[in-house]
Amino acid sequence: MKAFVKVATFLLLLAPTAIAVQAQAHIGAPRIKKAAASDLKPQVQAMPRFRFENFTTANGLPDDHVFNVLVDGDRIWAATENGLGLYENGKWKTYTTKDGLAHRAVLSLALDKRTGDVWAGTMGGLSRISGGRIDSFNQLNSGLSNDVVYGVSVEGEHVWVATAAGACMFDLRTHAWSLFNERNTPMAEIWVYGVSATPSKVYFAVWGSGLLEYDQQKKTWDKYDDPDGETEMVLFRDQGLIHEITTSVSYLEKDKIVWVATYFGDSRYDGRNWHNFLTKDSGLPSNFTNVVKGVDANHAWFGTDKGLAYYDGVNWVVYRPSLTSGKPEMTVRDRDAQVTPVEVSTAPAHNYILGIDFQGSDIWVATAKGLSHGIRQP
Amino acid sequence: MSLLRSGSARAAAVTAVVLVCSWAIAVWKDSGTVVSAATSRAQTGEVLEYASPVEMLFSLSGRQLYVLCQGTGEVRVLDATTYAERKRIQVGRSPRGLSLSANGELLYVANSWDDTISVIDTKNLSVSATWPVSAEPSSVVADRTGRYIYVANRISNDVAVLDARTGMEEKRLAAGRGASYITASPDASKLYVTHVYPNLTPLRTAPESEITVIDVRRAVVAERIALPYIAHGFHVTFSADGNLGAAAGLHPKNLPPLAHLEHGGAFADSITVFGSDVGQPVELPLDELERYSVRPFGVAITPDKSRLFVTCGGSEEVTVIDVPRMLRYVHAHPGSHATDLSASANYVVARVKVGHDPRGALLARGGTKLLVANRLDDTMSVIDTRTNRVTSTVPLAGPRENSVLRNGEQTFYTARYSFQGQIGCANCHIDSTFDGLQWDLEPDGFGRDIVDNRPIEAVKDTEPYKWNGGNPNLPTECGPRTEKFFWRAENYDDLTLTDLVVYVRSLPPRPNRSRPANGEFSAAQERGRALFNRTTDKFHNPIAEGNRCGYCHSGAKGTNQKSFDVGTKRASDNTGLLDTPQLINIAITGPYLHDGSAQTLEQIWTVFNPEDKHGRTNDLTKDELNDLIEYLRTR
Repeated sequence: MKAFVKVATFLLLLAPTAIAVQAQAHIGAPRIKKAAASDLKPQVQAMPRFRFENFTTANGLPDDHVFNVLVDGDRIWAATENGLGLYENGKWKTYTTKDGLAHRAVLSLALDKRTGDVWAGTMGGLSRISGGRIDSFNQLNSGLSNDVVYGVSVEGEHVWVATAAGACMFDLRTHAWSLFNERNTPMAEIWVYGVSATPSKVYFAVWGSGLLEYDQQKKTWDKYDDPDGETEMVLFRDQGLIHEITTSVSYLEKDKIVWVATYFGDSRYDGRNWHNFLTKDSGLPSNFTNVVKGVDANHAWFGTDKGLAYYDGVNWVVYRPSLTSGKPEMTVRDRDAQVTPVEVSTAPAHNYILGIDFQGSDIWVATAKGLSHGIRQP
Repeated sequence: MSLLRSGSARAAAVTAVVLVCSWAIAVWKDSGTVVSAATSRAQTGEVLEYASPVEMLFSLSGRQLYVLCQGTGEVRVLDATTYAERKRIQVGRSPRGLSLSANGELLYVANSWDDTISVIDTKNLSVSATWPVSAEPSSVVADRTGRYIYVANRISNDVAVLDARTGMEEKRLAAGRGASYITASPDASKLYVTHVYPNLTPLRTAPESEITVIDVRRAVVAERIALPYIAHGFHVTFSADGNLGAAAGLHPKNLPPLAHLEHGGAFADSITVFGSDVGQPVELPLDELERYSVRPFGVAITPDKSRLFVTCGGSEEVTVIDVPRMLRYVHAHPGSHATDLSASANYVVARVKVGHDPRGALLARGGTKLLVANRLDDTMSVIDTRTNRVTSTVPLAGPRENSVLRNGEQTFYTARYSFQGQIGCANCHIDSTFDGLQWDLEPDGFGRDIVDNRPIEAVKDTEPYKWNGGNPNLPTECGPRTEKFFWRAENYDDLTLTDLVVYVRSLPPRPNRSRPANGEFSAAQERGRALFNRTTDKFHNPIAEGNRCGYCHSGAKGTNQKSFDVGTKRASDNTGLLDTPQLINIAITGPYLHDGSAQTLEQIWTVFNPEDKHGRTNDLTKDELNDLIEYLRTR
């Protein structure tokens, strides 16, 4: 049986490559055409342009390895491998375990918009930063299910947490913890990577167990994984969630749209239909996606291992240091799969993107080698 | 003063006290259910219901004085000039705080044991609405815009933000542990919140507290003013210009052995001043050798910023500070000097004796008069602030005779029985509860048997007392032991001790907010109860009787009153055999274990139970441990 599983897994791993090769043969590879600025198509001109200002330890960032970023008005929080950075009034302040942070490596961030408190998921528990005071919760001193907190999301009085051993919810009113795992949900694996909570639904990206949905009104669970229940992935496009190894989820309650990132492509679900995004047939720079942030039903941002991508429903744009030369690069892929490079002088600090947040029309990007502030250009 | 000089005389006296206590308790039991020392019955059958005033407030016109009476659950409306009573307005149980709306038309009262806010229409002086809140509301303040009402919740350690029109809770802001008192800055742009229990700190480190500062415009926490060494914070006040703030606080010296009362070594009674007049916050001592300002509570600064008044519950006085001299001292001596008994002579100019357990302080007539609510006398002291003399003592209507319970409560809250009047029972049992601290008591030897202070709610019938079970009954616990090792004086006579013991035995548990009102446990609580009472582990192995939660923590109060070794003995402990503590309101009385080493309930089992000696728990999953704790929170 084990041998069968191994062979099947091997074949499955080969499958995307085979499909990709076949797709290229039929659909055709993207055609890259260099264009002068005056020659740019309107849809290319309409794509957002940014001037990226990058922060590293050289200018005060606690660590260059930035897992996440959170915008709170004029304050920017950076979740780094060596502390939590706060950028305010042009200066960085670093919070460490000496200040009460649960662990030096901060993985995730969420803002309680009602109270102004910031919640930080770390490799050693969950911390609340409130008015300069840090309270930390871990699996030994609280009901937190596991110390490795990959994701956190605040909705009303509830803090929803994605951990390496299931999900949980902390009730800010009663101080009670509720744990969600294989015992009380359809979660086949308990490695929860991401969470997106709204008053109606809470979605969990579960590594190896697809997308989990909790209906807050009905108190029921639903699960979205590979349609056939055997292969961990869709066999044909738009059948369902692209792959069970999910990494990030973004639910837009107003639009009732959920965007899901995996290491094997991305998906969008409107409650009835799925749409899959793969490198081979979209402008996604890589199927290996760390984070997705939906804007609405047709607009979303993707953080991949090969750059930052934006999708406007038709066209795609990618921002990154060139994978070959390292020079700043911006490329737009239109509905005809034509890729147009746009001349730019700045790019995100690195092409390995781990976190995204917005500050008005600006964007902040957490990368493996620095934090980037994308300042929107006219 | 020593009443008990020989061992046999002591034994005889203790026996006598126990007998007297038994009689008193029997009489008290006959009087029906008594939930508060504020209510009891005289031998004539008369119900003795004490007003127990705690806070006061003038109406916006200045013509009426609202007096919040904790004992009777009333706001008494007095004529602000003559103090004649105009009306009594019944509110909820054990009200603790009150404030006016910006236009003065509404008076809000926080009813701490009812979990409600009474909204009083000040035109017709009646309750127009009662809003359900939760978590022991202890203070209430309306913002000037009329948008929000802020409520300090003592047991959830936060401030609830309510819609001012509907009373609906919109959110909670994290405050300090035991959040209790809210004061608005003079310009109403900020709120300052203090808390009566210390924030949790690592074992055997100094306590810490904070003043939580709320930005009213955004209704969020703007900053936290650290109060190092302060364990219990009370009222805050400001100068009229807003440049000087002062917070009353209690600074315990619980890290060294409690053996230096004769050197002022148990507590520093202090105020912390802050604001632009002082720069960084500075803690200033109020004590002087042989003159202690025990348990500072209420504070007020005259409009001309010449005087700062501090009510001191234990020493039953008002400490008067010359503000300009104080500021000169602060600037000349940077930093805090809280334990310097010579410092206060530089700025404390008078100590004015008032009644039992003075609480709220209110300035009147442009600061020329100070009103003080004497909680355990049912009076208000009126002090002429120019002469620092009590010009009159205004009695509130009520019984003039003291019941046994009332006497006992006065004994509990006063510091007069200790050496030089330094401390009282209420120093460590804040509002008759606990203090969240660990103490190195002398009888066991210095540095030995450092123990967490156990709560005394519903302490009746949980003997023996002390963690080592060494005291067989309350007369022993409250009498000779306390006198010898805490008070360093032997001042109780038999009747005083009897009164005290009757009072302590009468202390009820505060309402448990985790217990469902309809009695039906949640699924998690029900699963936890099953784990608490289980007799076999998950591998179907029987659990020895002494290793079941429900065996040692049996009965309504959660103790079988026996001692066990639960594997928590430290090298500094003389014994590992420990009295089983009661579980009453266990969720809010941390830290836990005999030495306070477990900061949370979870840590009792995740950290301090490696060998399953404190119950069989290592077979439990995290979910199950959470369930067990959910059940414990209902106890």
